[in-house]
Amino acid sequence: MSDPVLSIEKLTVALPAWSDRKHALTEVSLSVGKKEIVCVVGESGSGKSIMGKAILGLLPKPHVRVTGGRIIFEDRDILSLSDDEMRALRGGRIAMIFQEPMTALNPLMKVGRQIDEVLEVHTDLAPRARRDRVLQLVNDVHLPDPQRIINSYPHQLSGGQRQRIVIAMALALEPALIIADEPTTALDVTTQAQILHLMKELQRSHGTSVLFITHDFGVVAEIADRVVVMRHGEVVETGPVDDVLRNPAAEYTRDLVAAVPSLRPRLRDAAPSTAPLLVIRDLEKTYVGAGGLFGGATRTVRAVRKVSLELERQSSLALVGESGSGKSTLARCIVGLETPDGGDILLDGEQLRGLTREQMRPFRRDIQMVFQDPFASLNPRQRVGEIIALGPMIQGVSRKQAYEEAKELLRMVGLSRESIDRYPHEFSGGQRQRIGIARALAVKPKLIVADEPVSALDVSVQKQVLDLLNDLRLKFGLSMLFITHDLRVAATVCEEIAIMQHGEIVERGPTAKIFADPKHAYTRSLLDAVPGKEWINTPA
Amino acid sequence: MKSFWQRFLGNPRVMVGLGWVALVVLVSLFADILAPRDPFAIVGTPFLKPGSEFLLGTDSLGRDIFSGLLHGARTTLLIAIVSTLVAVAFGTLVGAVAGYYGGLIDDVLMRTTEFFQTIPSFLFAIVLIAILSPSVANMVTAIAVVSWPPITRVVRAEVLSVKSREFVQAAVVAGQRDSAILLTQVLPNTLSPLIVTGSLLIATAILIESALSFLGLGAPNQMSWGFMIGAGRSFLRDAWWLVTIPGVAILLTVLSINLVGEGLNDALNPRLTDL
Repeated sequence: MSDPVLSIEKLTVALPAWSDRKHALTEVSLSVGKKEIVCVVGESGSGKSIMGKAILGLLPKPHVRVTGGRIIFEDRDILSLSDDEMRALRGGRIAMIFQEPMTALNPLMKVGRQIDEVLEVHTDLAPRARRDRVLQLVNDVHLPDPQRIINSYPHQLSGGQRQRIVIAMALALEPALIIADEPTTALDVTTQAQILHLMKELQRSHGTSVLFITHDFGVVAEIADRVVVMRHGEVVETGPVDDVLRNPAAEYTRDLVAAVPSLRPRLRDAAPSTAPLLVIRDLEKTYVGAGGLFGGATRTVRAVRKVSLELERQSSLALVGESGSGKSTLARCIVGLETPDGGDILLDGEQLRGLTREQMRPFRRDIQMVFQDPFASLNPRQRVGEIIALGPMIQGVSRKQAYEEAKELLRMVGLSRESIDRYPHEFSGGQRQRIGIARALAVKPKLIVADEPVSALDVSVQKQVLDLLNDLRLKFGLSMLFITHDLRVAATVCEEIAIMQHGEIVERGPTAKIFADPKHAYTRSLLDAVPGKEWINTPA
Repeated sequence: MKSFWQRFLGNPRVMVGLGWVALVVLVSLFADILAPRDPFAIVGTPFLKPGSEFLLGTDSLGRDIFSGLLHGARTTLLIAIVSTLVAVAFGTLVGAVAGYYGGLIDDVLMRTTEFFQTIPSFLFAIVLIAILSPSVANMVTAIAVVSWPPITRVVRAEVLSVKSREFVQAAVVAGQRDSAILLTQVLPNTLSPLIVTGSLLIATAILIESALSFLGLGAPNQMSWGFMIGAGRSFLRDAWWLVTIPGVAILLTVLSINLVGEGLNDALNPRLTDL
């Protein structure tokens, strides 16, 4: 392209002395042309967010600062601007969309007023003209009933609606460039698809350039014109989206692309055995909000409504749903972290519902859980050995033997046997999740319930952990109930899928069948919303 | 990132505080050797100025102030530390149980805690001593009874936030008992704010102890800083050193403990400082 809106030349950003590397960005060069969407994609720690902040002059000074290079925006070097000029630029010619719309909006101000404020600060429009402009903007982002939305507070809107408001604010001054930092990561997959669609549409109609920061290659495939792949603060590869996604030149990009879970459904490896391992019948769980000492209105949420499920021996079932669908509540009921209100949970024919924690203890060796957040699921003050050996020791294994087995488990999950004497903070996110898996396996369970075990991990690490779970499942002959919001992950791991919505299972069956012929409308919308599905489905 | 000890000991205010606290601890440990005579013994002429025959002078009855200062440090520190330990132990127990079990237990325990918090603590301590009669054990009891509620609040808040973390759920899934989960999983993760609050509590306990002794409600036959101030207060115009010397000792000790406590806080919660 001839005349880029933004061009970054050999930008270097230094990190403070105590960091584990010297530069957040090392001689990064890239450009964004007119009406172009450029995706910056990279894993955590690649420096992609730091770059977005550097452009806006929002680096946490004085510790993190630009030490070299230029950022040319509309023929001016941004780095040489004064604070006042920078402030006029931000929100004016350059707008920003953040990851979490709730924190980007002021919770105490009506959203209409928040959009209005942008206009008030940056333009000379009369109040009346501003009001019309706000209405038009809210209309542009396809929010229903704009008048009502304008008079709402952020907490009265859903996550997707809030993100639309943030986009409306970003567009208010017709900026030349929008920097979007993971704008859809905090949203559900169907909402994500809508927001991506909206951003693309608005970008076309307003002729804005977009610098889109993301970690998700599916999102890249949906929205990007060009792609910049970053790693450790350096640009690994740049190019048009089709080239990078289909014929990646750099080895790192090839690995990343290969790690993206495909939508290819997993087939049943073995004939199902006759008696199911886990049977759930008409399970119900209702949360009743406490009315407090002085009464008041109580709120009830029927998180799980009459759910029935069967899980065969040595099989794996994915429970897929969006936030609030009740999938995690169901999982927590099964492992005994929640007390269901009705129905049956039968493990090998034995009733688990209604057991006290004391009575539940013998069954703990059969059911174990892998948790979502590898940073919260390991006690920071215990050594890895203690963490893994806890379960077996409760089941009566001697300390010496439990530690020996823990060492062996660590080796099996790909960590050194010496890790046993170390503390969790010495490990990376992926390694911690391996420890979490080792802990679940320590009592040699028959069933593992995994609650979003890879959603907090980078895509390359995600693939390793999924592969590991798969290997171990076959090796130990385990059954697995896999909770996820991501159909791609579900397809990779599980031969059967159950789709949950509003506390009910709306569809279940073999993965291949559901993918080929979804019956329920919700299943179809979930499948449609998978980011980058066309790219994933067409072999390179 | 510097380690905890580097951040703690690298702080000049902490070093000043620790220096004075260490001095006070040492002289109170070796009071019998440094000033072998009974601090209540009359050793010379009353109202001798500091620097004369006795290093810090004598009081209205001719007692050695230096000896009183050392033995007083022992009494004051002993009562302050023991009462703080009792308050921390009791407050932690109540706070941990309230935070972990929640619901009705939490309501009952916290309303009780609030009951103790609403009574002005110094008046309450006076009433307790008046009822129980002055003695070292009763001083410890009275100070502990008025100072455990803040500990309970801190521990409860921490337990509430820690107990929802996934590693606690993992312990439940592993089949660990509640008492074991509280002791091995939850409480170790509440230590840093507890240490900070506890260390600052010692300073408060010294002040209460001194105030009680000043009023003559201190342990009988135990020299203490507050008692020295109380005994010398009527001679403030004629013999300033009777009140000033123990007063400065209290001031410096409380200040030092606060410096150390805040240094602990900065070192344990490094995000609060500028790294």
